[in-house]
Amino acid sequence: ISGAVQGAGGDMQWCLSQAKGSLDDDVTEADIISTLEFNHTGELLATGDKGGRIVIFQQEIENKRQPQYRSEYNVYSTFQSHEPEFDYLKSLEIEEKINKIRWIPQKNAAHFLLSTNDKTIKLWKISERDKRPEGYNLKEEDGRYRDPSTVTSLRVPVFRPMDLMVEASPRKVFANAHTYHINSVSVNSDNETYLSADDLRINLWHLEITDRSFNIVDIKPANMEELTEVITAAEFHPHQCNTFVYSSSKGTIRMCDMRASALCDKHSKMFEEPEDPSNRSFFSEIISSISDVKFSHSGRYMMTRDYLSVKIWDLNMESKPVETYQVHEYLRSKLCSLYENDCIFDKFECCWNGNDSMVMTGSYNNFFRMFDRDHRWDVTLEASRENSKPFQVIKPRKVCAGGKRKKDEISVDSLDFNKKILHTAWHPQDSIIVVATTNNLYIFQDKMN
Amino acid sequence: MFPKGTKRKFSDSGEEPVPSGEQGQPAPSAAARTLSSSYSLQRQSLLDMSLIKLQLCHMLVEPNLCRSVLIANTVRQIQEEMTQDGTWQIMTQALAAAQCPADRLVATEVLCRQTDMAAQAGQSPKPFSVVGLEEGYHSEEVVMDGDGDTEVTMSTLSTVSPQLSSASYLPGPFGMGPCWEEEEEEGECEEDEEEDSEECVSEGEEADRDHLTGDSRTGEQVFGTFEIKHPAPPPDPALEELFSDVDASYYDLDTVLTGMQSAPKMGPYDLLESLSSHGPTALSSSTSCRSDLNELDHIMEIIVGS
Repeated sequence: ISGAVQGAGGDMQWCLSQAKGSLDDDVTEADIISTLEFNHTGELLATGDKGGRIVIFQQEIENKRQPQYRSEYNVYSTFQSHEPEFDYLKSLEIEEKINKIRWIPQKNAAHFLLSTNDKTIKLWKISERDKRPEGYNLKEEDGRYRDPSTVTSLRVPVFRPMDLMVEASPRKVFANAHTYHINSVSVNSDNETYLSADDLRINLWHLEITDRSFNIVDIKPANMEELTEVITAAEFHPHQCNTFVYSSSKGTIRMCDMRASALCDKHSKMFEEPEDPSNRSFFSEIISSISDVKFSHSGRYMMTRDYLSVKIWDLNMESKPVETYQVHEYLRSKLCSLYENDCIFDKFECCWNGNDSMVMTGSYNNFFRMFDRDHRWDVTLEASRENSKPFQVIKPRKVCAGGKRKKDEISVDSLDFNKKILHTAWHPQDSIIVVATTNNLYIFQDKMN
Repeated sequence: MFPKGTKRKFSDSGEEPVPSGEQGQPAPSAAARTLSSSYSLQRQSLLDMSLIKLQLCHMLVEPNLCRSVLIANTVRQIQEEMTQDGTWQIMTQALAAAQCPADRLVATEVLCRQTDMAAQAGQSPKPFSVVGLEEGYHSEEVVMDGDGDTEVTMSTLSTVSPQLSSASYLPGPFGMGPCWEEEEEEGECEEDEEEDSEECVSEGEEADRDHLTGDSRTGEQVFGTFEIKHPAPPPDPALEELFSDVDASYYDLDTVLTGMQSAPKMGPYDLLESLSSHGPTALSSSTSCRSDLNELDHIMEIIVGS
């Protein structure tokens, strides 16, 4: 019952803080945002696009003390992560689109992240340089070597401040381990290993070792004709370094324990909700396909996103989810059209807020949805420059499923299915959210009077 | 937002469309439920739509395996339901009974015969498998001598035919026009083996399914393109292993079927070029990967062997 019981979520008032990206209605293919990820402190926000580029935004620290400006993010670093490649054996292009970015927990001044396209994972080091050595004895400031005979005295070179320069350099390239398209990357809580998952296999890597990886899940059938299920997402447990889950196109989630055996084809737990026979259709399987799986920060729950809903699972109960939230149930009667225009295959992601009390996911028409788990409250918001002025509280939206359309409601048939929000992110420690439309980034903050 | 109807193309050669709806339903249906004609039409439309989706894959980039698997599963569900209420049998029998001109697709009859046999044996047709279609192609090379009298090796086709009979010829009765558009292409195909890949491609991609088969003359033109893709057909298990991962790409089927119209044609020299640019790359002990050096060796063997 939305809005009936107001609590923490209901008290939240979201304001648009920034909108980044081109104002053009004409979207350049390469600019389409394909992934979004906050680092562990929320200070940095990384975005990847179809053109293989990564743009990292940094929170303005000076503004953090002023609550209304705390969500100002500015470009920190931009670099080309992946280039398009050509697979000569198959005569196929390998897209440079960045599928996932995952940050490595910070150990020193530099930041590290993993970025992946369909085939290759790269470890990038992003470091700052704000000082440079000056006062060499044998070199001029411009680098030319001095004639040693002109050196009459010695001095110790010192570091002098310079304009901040942020450098991104590829430290490791993890290649040639995936025959199929990589859909997930997840860093283990041991901070030494990570997994990468493609449609049929999951590999385990050591962050330092690029020339080998261990295959830990392989669901490729001996006879490819028997292929009926693929892996859609995978993630390590946030605290138990031996545990990971992977979701499938049939709506199941398997949890595996790496201590049990080297090849984790046998799951230790399988989460699956029995199908509702009254809702059965030819599209049942497609809409049950899980597009994203995310553990809660606490590690007690996990969230899955399928086409029409978000489900919260208690890791101790495999038979059914503990909570189910309908994202856009009004689309159920439109599944045939959505199948025809391929929208039914859109892969929406989902995310938790910092204390696991709220979850968020995207929808069509540049709408996104937030669910408050504690207070059973949900809201639909829109990412739009026209309807949002900075620091103005944005109005909830409502979709009219049928019958009489009230004022301010939008009917299902008027929804723009080309405007989809697939990627959303929630600041790990603050009520700041980021939502990606096709090629724009919207940053909202809670007003917090 | 309303679903567009998938119109069936009616052929010129006087083929009758397979009756659907109430007409086509066997009176003593085993199915418990009576199919309404609108449900049956909707289901048919969904089946047609799904088959089109499976065929129209992007040529340059590997298609989404998840999407392909989900669509194939949908087709399988429809097939199972249609088998249960008897509509499927009607369809395949109608196809088998269809008159196909002799100078066209010999294999159509071969495959239809197979269907008949399966039907007579009382088996339900094997579940549709999208991957099975291309599986049968790449893994068994078609022998091509460039000789007009060379017979098309049907071995490739017959291994796959149980699947094909129920799947790839579905387009036929539903007017996606494979059999009938074929005739125009024949003439052009005969001209030049090497340049046939572009010209042989029919307007509808689905029509190209039938390029696979045919009499020896047709096969020659079509299979000429095979040779470029897979230069030599050694029964080398290591080679199969090398290509065993190629089958994962559903894209392969369309490449082959549509004569690789957009994919660049690779002659032996292109292969050499690409080898030199490959260079030694990081090794991986993953079960599906081979070392690049082994790959190079095998590719060199192929080139030298041919």
